[in-house]
Amino acid sequence: MAIERPKKPAGKRIDEPTGTETVGHEWDGIEELDTPMPRWWLWTFYATIVFSIGYVIAYPAWPMIREGTHGVLGWTSRGELAREVARAEEEKGPLRDAISPLPIETLPSRPELMRAAVAGGRAAFKVNCVQCHGAGAAGSSGYPNLNDDEWLWGGDLRAIEVTLLNGIRQPADDATRTSLMPAFGRDGILTPARIDQVADHVLSLSGKAQGDVAGAQLFLDNCAVCHGMNGAGNREFGAPNLADAIWLFGGTKEEVVQQISTPRHGVMPAWSHRLDPVTIKMLAAYVHSLGGGEDFVEVAADPAVQVDERP
Amino acid sequence: MSTFTENHKKLERNVTLLGIGAFIAVAIGGVVEIAPLFWIDNTIEKVEGMRPYTPLEQVGRDIYVREGCYACHSQMIRPFRDEVERYGHYSLAAESMYDHPFQWGSKRTGPDLARVGQRYSDEWHVQHLKDPRSVVPESVMPPYSFLADADIDVSRIGEKLKALRAVGVPYSERDIERALIDIKAQANPEVDAEDFAERYPKAQIRDFDGDPNRLTEMDAMVAYMQMLGTLVDVNSVAAQEELAAEKGR
Repeated sequence: MAIERPKKPAGKRIDEPTGTETVGHEWDGIEELDTPMPRWWLWTFYATIVFSIGYVIAYPAWPMIREGTHGVLGWTSRGELAREVARAEEEKGPLRDAISPLPIETLPSRPELMRAAVAGGRAAFKVNCVQCHGAGAAGSSGYPNLNDDEWLWGGDLRAIEVTLLNGIRQPADDATRTSLMPAFGRDGILTPARIDQVADHVLSLSGKAQGDVAGAQLFLDNCAVCHGMNGAGNREFGAPNLADAIWLFGGTKEEVVQQISTPRHGVMPAWSHRLDPVTIKMLAAYVHSLGGGEDFVEVAADPAVQVDERP
Repeated sequence: MSTFTENHKKLERNVTLLGIGAFIAVAIGGVVEIAPLFWIDNTIEKVEGMRPYTPLEQVGRDIYVREGCYACHSQMIRPFRDEVERYGHYSLAAESMYDHPFQWGSKRTGPDLARVGQRYSDEWHVQHLKDPRSVVPESVMPPYSFLADADIDVSRIGEKLKALRAVGVPYSERDIERALIDIKAQANPEVDAEDFAERYPKAQIRDFDGDPNRLTEMDAMVAYMQMLGTLVDVNSVAAQEELAAEKGR
């Protein structure tokens, strides 16, 4: 028996149990209620239409022939950014004005400024320095750890600031920290066998290997001029201390041999070209505060600690 | 009200009518939202300093696309204070004018790269691409050490530039003729590259991957990284004044 479909909706009617009108069609006795939109939804919808009219008048909206409409408020995303940056600058203004004229040496005598500088330096460090020195400033192979008390170029506030300002091995900066270790292997200054002996001697300085007399003599002839007789390093050349357990490019025999044969040299940007002087002072204060910062007084009391105070 | 909804039912039940209606609605949206981008001033602004990519940079860019770097890195600094303080000056539309396709991206698992150029040393980039966690312990980036072992296929480099010229990048005849010489010259400071440097201002010429004997994909990738965002002097006074005076966005 063929199912007879109604050609037209079978007339709307009020559904008794709910009191709601039906849509009007019916299939096998199933009907659909024509429940109206909730009022709150409908009015919210109308409100958004009204809001959009106001929005289009107030803000940039319609693209025209040459440019978009400006909106009566004159708002631009770039203008808002400029205002926000200016506001932030204004907030930091008094602090920066206070730090700006002070030579960095006098910063520790103003504890409240020092605290603020360390906080500002921490923020700047996260943006500019963590990529190489790590989030905790612990460095990694080739990138110095700033938490310890081993400093290649000096660890008092002034020395750190100088390093930050002029960078390391930046040819474009006249006052940059620079030095070059000869490639003893690649340039054929020492034979591989001798490099092996020197490496053993270097490792013996920190008790990690057994050195011999030949190695010691080679060290005196070739290395001591920069690294010192006892391998204690020299900050004038950024020559690292070889007698402690801290290694920049690794402290295994292979790594030491590699560094003697074909030395790698670290670089650091000269931040004076990128950051303002106050931010650099703050960064110096932060790095100094990490744990290994050296005191001017401490240096004066102990002449054995060399500090590069080159301005 | 009820007659209006009744009429709407006619539209809903006739697929041809519905199709025509949908087309008209989408066309209006397109005319209002897309078409003006081709003529209003602030989307086609010209800026000083833009030039097409050098062949080596272009190869690096192709590797960037091939490896899907855009899935995690955007190249679009928005004009918000937090982004500007972290990444540098906000991006300008014209800085992507020779990108086919542009690499603005929409997701930042890693940082934005629009101005990464000359922020790090080449050694850092090489080490980071080979083993990201050796320099950034918290990184989730996969290692790309194979780039250092893969020689660039330079045989079709001229055709590559020609294809880009077909879509509007203004490479000159000479650029295309000398593409093979240029790509080698940029990675080799020993070669006289005066002609190359003249045609591509601000191009950085050096061995990028620490292996002067080979022209590897690492060279191209680092060359591309190091030029990103370095062409336009956005912080110059003139540029700033012009940007500040702009309305309607």
